[in-house]
Amino acid sequence: MVRKRKDRSASEPAAATAVVMVLYITDSGPNSLRAVANLEAICKEHLQDNFRLEIIDVLEYPLRALADGIVVTPSLAKLSPSPAATVVGNLSDRSGVLRALGIAE
Amino acid sequence: MEKKAIPQPLPKIATGIQGFDELSHGGLPRNRISLLKGGPGSGKTVFALQSLVNAARLREEPGIFVAFEERPQQIIANAAGFKWNLSALLKGGLFFMDANLSPDVVQSGEFDLRGMLAMLKAKKEEIGAKWIVFDGIDVLLTLLQNPKSEMREIYRIRDWLAENEVDAAIFTAKIDGHGAETANYGFLQFMVDCVIEFESRLECGVALHRVQVTKYRGSAFARGEYPVSFGPGGMEIAAPEPAEIQQVASSERVSAGFERLDTMLGGGLFRGSSTLITGVPGTSKTTLAGKFAEAACRRGERTLFVSFDEGADRIVRNLTSVGIQLKPYVKSGVLRMYSGRTESIAAEDHLVKLKALIAEHQPRCMVIDPLSAIAKAGGLAAARSVANRFIYTAKDLKITVVVTAINEGDQPETEATDLQISTIADTWIHLSYLIRGGERNRALTIIKSRGTAHSNQVRELILSDAGPMLADVYTAGGEVLMGTLRWEKEDEERSKTMQRRSEFEQKRASLELAEADTRARITALEHDLERQRVELATSFSDDQARIVSSSDREKSLRRIRSADLTGRAATGTVTSPEKRYASNGSGKKNKTEASNGA
Repeated sequence: MVRKRKDRSASEPAAATAVVMVLYITDSGPNSLRAVANLEAICKEHLQDNFRLEIIDVLEYPLRALADGIVVTPSLAKLSPSPAATVVGNLSDRSGVLRALGIAE
Repeated sequence: MEKKAIPQPLPKIATGIQGFDELSHGGLPRNRISLLKGGPGSGKTVFALQSLVNAARLREEPGIFVAFEERPQQIIANAAGFKWNLSALLKGGLFFMDANLSPDVVQSGEFDLRGMLAMLKAKKEEIGAKWIVFDGIDVLLTLLQNPKSEMREIYRIRDWLAENEVDAAIFTAKIDGHGAETANYGFLQFMVDCVIEFESRLECGVALHRVQVTKYRGSAFARGEYPVSFGPGGMEIAAPEPAEIQQVASSERVSAGFERLDTMLGGGLFRGSSTLITGVPGTSKTTLAGKFAEAACRRGERTLFVSFDEGADRIVRNLTSVGIQLKPYVKSGVLRMYSGRTESIAAEDHLVKLKALIAEHQPRCMVIDPLSAIAKAGGLAAARSVANRFIYTAKDLKITVVVTAINEGDQPETEATDLQISTIADTWIHLSYLIRGGERNRALTIIKSRGTAHSNQVRELILSDAGPMLADVYTAGGEVLMGTLRWEKEDEERSKTMQRRSEFEQKRASLELAEADTRARITALEHDLERQRVELATSFSDDQARIVSSSDREKSLRRIRSADLTGRAATGTVTSPEKRYASNGSGKKNKTEASNGA
């Protein structure tokens, strides 16, 4: 699975204000594909490279997702900076995602 | 023509919930989805969780509980009131998945349940779960926001359940039973194979819980609403009683309290039978019931005395005034007194409490005074059903029961009781007041007593400090006399007896007198006889003497003449005195001889 742990910023040192996120998806489900695309677009536009994103395929790591308290997919968890926030859905409503990530439009 | 396959009975899986498996003819459909619907607090979650708990505890079939609406900690805390030992089950038999979306969660676009089902599959395989509950699926559907997605996700769950061979799946949803259903909830009900409707409504200020199976594909089920109650073991449904009654009838008799009543009942009450005592207030129903309890305790049988709306202490005190001593038995533990309140308590809850008391005390005899009190709150139909089921329960447990019921009128034949238990009670004793001759007297009638010859007489019940008793029967003009009329009759009887006795004495005296007279006369006659005998004896000896002297003279004459000695004797005519007396025939020979010899 290519996307299971994609750490975009792994090669560069993370800035102090780097946004750390985990996106829980299910393989190639339509909502999941859309969520990945939407998030990538948001990150590119608003965060440049100042973020760390881990993508977890729940089909492959179901017990991890369960332990993380995931209910539905896709789910995006922002771990830092605080406050932590969760967004569910295919992230098509961009303003909501930006608010959750603490990014001013 | 194609050969028709023999329809197989729908495979089912028991929930272990008392009453439900009976009314659904075996439980929930196996490998299918059952929908529990109803308003908030109607018992859906309890039903679902209890099914899981039973499967895990009784058959070691683990289950998963997906909580959409409440936090698992909340559900576990709510269930702590039931004796399910959830904490032990949480170590392996039962898994809670918290599927609550926090209110802080931002929703952005559509989502689906693919991830959740993947997680559930992993968990199912890990613990070997066979049951799964989706509690509050309506909450999830609301989040999906559009009818198309709702339908899609429901189908997704259904297909997942089929693929993963879940033994039983339960959805619960807050859907109002009647009308106002959205199209999708209609679809949900169409899709599932079994729909169970829960309802909680207020009746006369008391919450009543009801359950009804409204749909069961491919299976027969009991149609109708059934009362639901919550006891220490969880939910109980008052399922229809099995059509066949399989109670073993005992021929052992136990005392109804005191001897005369037992006599009227043809020897007492049958062990395990139920007795109804009806009467207007003040006719001493409690006293009779108390006497029954005392007799049971005296035999050493564990007894339960349940009173409603009157404290146990007061009852014990009041019964002491009529010579019924319950206190020592309460102290020794043979007798358990329980007094309950009836206001604002549903009849079903009374039944739960009664069953708990029975389980705790294990009585052989039981009194409920008055059973009619359970009809005070929450509607009559419910109370009737409870009264019926209580009596059936007691019969199953072979407990000899005496219940009292107040009937407002004084015509048992037409009024019976509000609870309509007179038909299922084995014995029915009716207490009433009879007003005659300016008095109000308590009267006891045995209206029926199954399987036994019983007195048909109306008897007067008298209370004294020696306990209740039935007065002797005096009838006059076809009616039993009571009170003063009876006393008068008793007095009359007494004086008649005395008169008869004196008459008898008189007669005896006169007879004795006559006898003495006769005896005196006999004595006088005997004296006469004696006298005559003596006379006779005297004249005989004179005669002898004369004969002797004459024979001596003859001898001397012969000697003088020197003639033949025997010449005269051969022609002698002398008769012996013995011969003469023997012809008298009396047994007084000795006496005669004695006098003869004198």
